[in-house]
Amino acid sequence: MKTLTTKLLATVGLGTALMLGGCEMPPPESTQWGYRGTGMEGVYNPDRLDELAASNIVPEAIPAVPAVGPKAKDIYQNVEVLGDLSVGEFTRLMAAITQWVSPEEGCNYCHVAGEGFAADTLYTKKVARVMIQMTQNANENWDQHVGGAGVTCYTCHRGQNVPEYVWNINPGHKVAGGMKNQMQNVSSVAAGLSSLPVDPFTPYLLDDRNGRHAGTTALRDGGGVSLKESEWGYSLMMHFSNSLGVNCTYCHNSRAFSRWEESSPQRVRAWHGIRMVREMNNDYVDPTTDWLPPHRLGKLGDAQKVNCETCHQGAYKPLLGANVIKDYPNLARLAAQETEMPVEEDTTDMPEPAASMSDMTTGGGDQ
Amino acid sequence: MIEYQNIFTTVQVSAPDYAGVPVEDTHDDRTGILTHSYWMGKLGDAQIGPIYLGPLGVAALFTGTVAFLIIGLNMFASVNWDPIEFVRQLFWLALEPPGPQYGLSFPPLNDGGWWLIAGAFLTLSILLWWWRTFALARNYGMGNQMAWAFAAAIWLYLVLGFIRPILMGSWSEAVPFGIFPHLDWTAAFSLRYGNLFYNPFHMWSIFFLYGSAVLFAMHGATILATSRYGADREIDQITDRGTAAERGALFWRWTMGFNASMESIHKWAWWFGVLTCVTGGIGILLTGTVVENWYLWGMKHGLVPTYPMIGEAVVDPLLTEGAQ
Repeated sequence: MKTLTTKLLATVGLGTALMLGGCEMPPPESTQWGYRGTGMEGVYNPDRLDELAASNIVPEAIPAVPAVGPKAKDIYQNVEVLGDLSVGEFTRLMAAITQWVSPEEGCNYCHVAGEGFAADTLYTKKVARVMIQMTQNANENWDQHVGGAGVTCYTCHRGQNVPEYVWNINPGHKVAGGMKNQMQNVSSVAAGLSSLPVDPFTPYLLDDRNGRHAGTTALRDGGGVSLKESEWGYSLMMHFSNSLGVNCTYCHNSRAFSRWEESSPQRVRAWHGIRMVREMNNDYVDPTTDWLPPHRLGKLGDAQKVNCETCHQGAYKPLLGANVIKDYPNLARLAAQETEMPVEEDTTDMPEPAASMSDMTTGGGDQ
Repeated sequence: MIEYQNIFTTVQVSAPDYAGVPVEDTHDDRTGILTHSYWMGKLGDAQIGPIYLGPLGVAALFTGTVAFLIIGLNMFASVNWDPIEFVRQLFWLALEPPGPQYGLSFPPLNDGGWWLIAGAFLTLSILLWWWRTFALARNYGMGNQMAWAFAAAIWLYLVLGFIRPILMGSWSEAVPFGIFPHLDWTAAFSLRYGNLFYNPFHMWSIFFLYGSAVLFAMHGATILATSRYGADREIDQITDRGTAAERGALFWRWTMGFNASMESIHKWAWWFGVLTCVTGGIGILLTGTVVENWYLWGMKHGLVPTYPMIGEAVVDPLLTEGAQ
């Protein structure tokens, strides 16, 4: 009897340890950002904040150089995007990109030694050209999403050739012959290991599927979206939450998820983010597909694409909101201009409200 | 004398095998194993079996097994018959209802057809089992409270998977068969139809559900606490109130001014259990068929408190951006 009790206690102890194994040590810290009683607050584990801060340090900027002197296009050949930069600025940006994207391979990641810088031999150089334009476009035309901080190559690359978090169209897991893949009901990495749809990216971040599901009238009016659609949008929201390290209430008042009137300004910023990412994937990433080598393509032969996590990497703002564009004004505008773009300091944790964004230009891809 | 006063079962009666009294009008004998288990005795009666299944029980078990196998094999096929994946992903797997494009028509087997067939067999199984609880209670000379309580649960089940989808004109509105998938479905349901918390019938259902838990604990505690005075004979004490019933009643009356009786507490419990499902079923039935968004419905009827907003007003960007 005594050994039995011991065994029982050991089993219960082991079971409890297993059950709690995935939990974090209390107490968490919470920050209130909505009216009291609405539960609009962020919950953080203080033990992990150091880790988050450590993984979001912006590398020191290369000292600025004057924008005077001969232009890059006059000195170098085959400079399509950055030709209007002064040679000094051009060289500085090349050095920065090397530091951000290929610190180990150096210049040779994009340029073949002995061939000269002009040759477009390597696909990496062609990709870099498109990515520079994509970055400039984001900074110039998507102020509603990246305003106050801007983006550089480092925002996503963090010293790696390919950003750590990219996605491909998901062909779905293997099902038996004759079965139809429902693209859900298996552990979904995209949706926080829930059983929700496994690929919310293709419909919402590549195609422009409508993400609004909730009824818009009190009583039935005959229209309305199928309940199954909601699970796809729900899956995308799980991706948002994971990518930003925030809970639903960062953007929504949980009593009425769909109501803009009760949402936080961050939700408007995210709305623009969806459209920005959609444009990046369609106008910049997708056209590279034809000349990418096979090892850079997904199972369905598509290029590796952008989602929220590509930049955010677990932080509510990429690199915790650091203004990265102020040191690299050449990336702040398309068709690089010689005048510096005035950049506002990010003085507040809360993004600007929608009202002040409404008069700004947006890029394409909106609906 | 053994005193029975612990929240754990400490008394275990050891008795010889007992097959039960013969019952009139039943021609089938009770069958199956007849054994005793010390561990089952910790939870209830130590004797296991015999059991009377009869034609209804056999039919219910058969149809239930068919449904179980259809669901299980579909799940197994959805991981390409990989036994390891099947075990790893078991809680995630599901047999999904047809998509909205099929409406109420019969879809291809691999795109919801199996879901319909499994649902039909499961429903048949449940209804046969219900008939069995009804018929057996009759045979044993009992009342039919059990069958009607079970019917309340079946009502909720039918609303979710059959009645509401038909009223909505689409099987795609029904619940998938799966552990996590049906929970995700529940959350998506509330998101789609504007927060079920503002559904008054959902409120009633929660009230009865939580109330059931409170009543269960109150009643269990009262009987255990007065069992030393004979509260174990609680049914006797409905008509012949002894000191146990007296003490239990006085405890509650002097504590909160009111007490149930030995009889009424069981009716309270029964109605709370039954009404949990009845009101819940009504709430689900109205969702989407009558009410499109419970939150907006709540606003319309003054149910929603208004909170001051913090910071500047947020406006739907689709409105401010214009039609771009």
